[in-house]
Amino acid sequence: MNLRIFNDPVLFRLGPLPVTETMVTSLGVSVLLLLAVLAMRIAVARNPRHWLATVALLTVEWLDGLVKEIVGRENPTLATLAGSLFLFIAGCNVCGQLPGTHPVTASVAATSALAGIVFLAVPIAGIYTRGMWGYLKHYLRPNPLFLPLHLISELSRTLALSVRLFGNVMSGHLVVSLLVALAGFLVPTPLMALELLIGILQAYIFTVLSIVYVGAAITVGEET
Amino acid sequence: MTDQTVIAIASISAAALTMALGAIGAALGESRVGAAAMDALARQPDEAASITRTLFVSLAMVESTAIFCLVIALILLFANPFASLGG
Repeated sequence: MNLRIFNDPVLFRLGPLPVTETMVTSLGVSVLLLLAVLAMRIAVARNPRHWLATVALLTVEWLDGLVKEIVGRENPTLATLAGSLFLFIAGCNVCGQLPGTHPVTASVAATSALAGIVFLAVPIAGIYTRGMWGYLKHYLRPNPLFLPLHLISELSRTLALSVRLFGNVMSGHLVVSLLVALAGFLVPTPLMALELLIGILQAYIFTVLSIVYVGAAITVGEET
Repeated sequence: MTDQTVIAIASISAAALTMALGAIGAALGESRVGAAAMDALARQPDEAASITRTLFVSLAMVESTAIFCLVIALILLFANPFASLGG
């Protein structure tokens, strides 16, 4: 039985840098995603009636619509960030169902890195759109006493983002591996189908939450 | 009973209690979220897309407490920092 919860086996070393299985798998997912996107790009340019072009168009329009619905206006940069997060996380969650592969997002390091991207994107987007003072001012609203609360909320929501994704994917994979060890062949299949659904759903939730966080930083101070 | 046994008993009981209480809280919270979403859907079927999106996001937020409990329970069971103290 392959019980892996917090450890991540080191495959080989590049000089002083240990290369773990998670890093190799995430690199594989990225390469596959890049190839798929490249194929879609060529399809859109050469033959717009091909089904690949339709898939690309639907994805991009869906992401733009999501950003517009949540933030209140179009924002192609935010849609790009959200789309990258969604596709990568969905790919990482789904790749755990391949035989012999451990999902990338079942490692705390990977989900913390993804949540760290969102954590850094919030002030960058806020300062870029509202200016340094315009963004930092919202930390002092409605009262300077709220400054520590704002800081704690930014940190705790980053922690919640990473642990939620990690916990969901890791627990699903753990349940499937326990069932494989206990019951064998066909019993875990419905749970694996459920895992596919939960993987896509968690990627969607991560994306929506990051759009909400970054969108709140972009529109900060507008409603007052 | 050696120290190791006491630590093992305490860890397993704490993990069971963590998971049980955490699951109760998340279940009650999710049931309220689901009921409110059903109510809203019955009143305003036109807003179904927006309500469903908000429903999923809030379900995830509520569920994350149970996930935190699960991670704590798994840490207690498999990566217990006190397991080596008993010697």
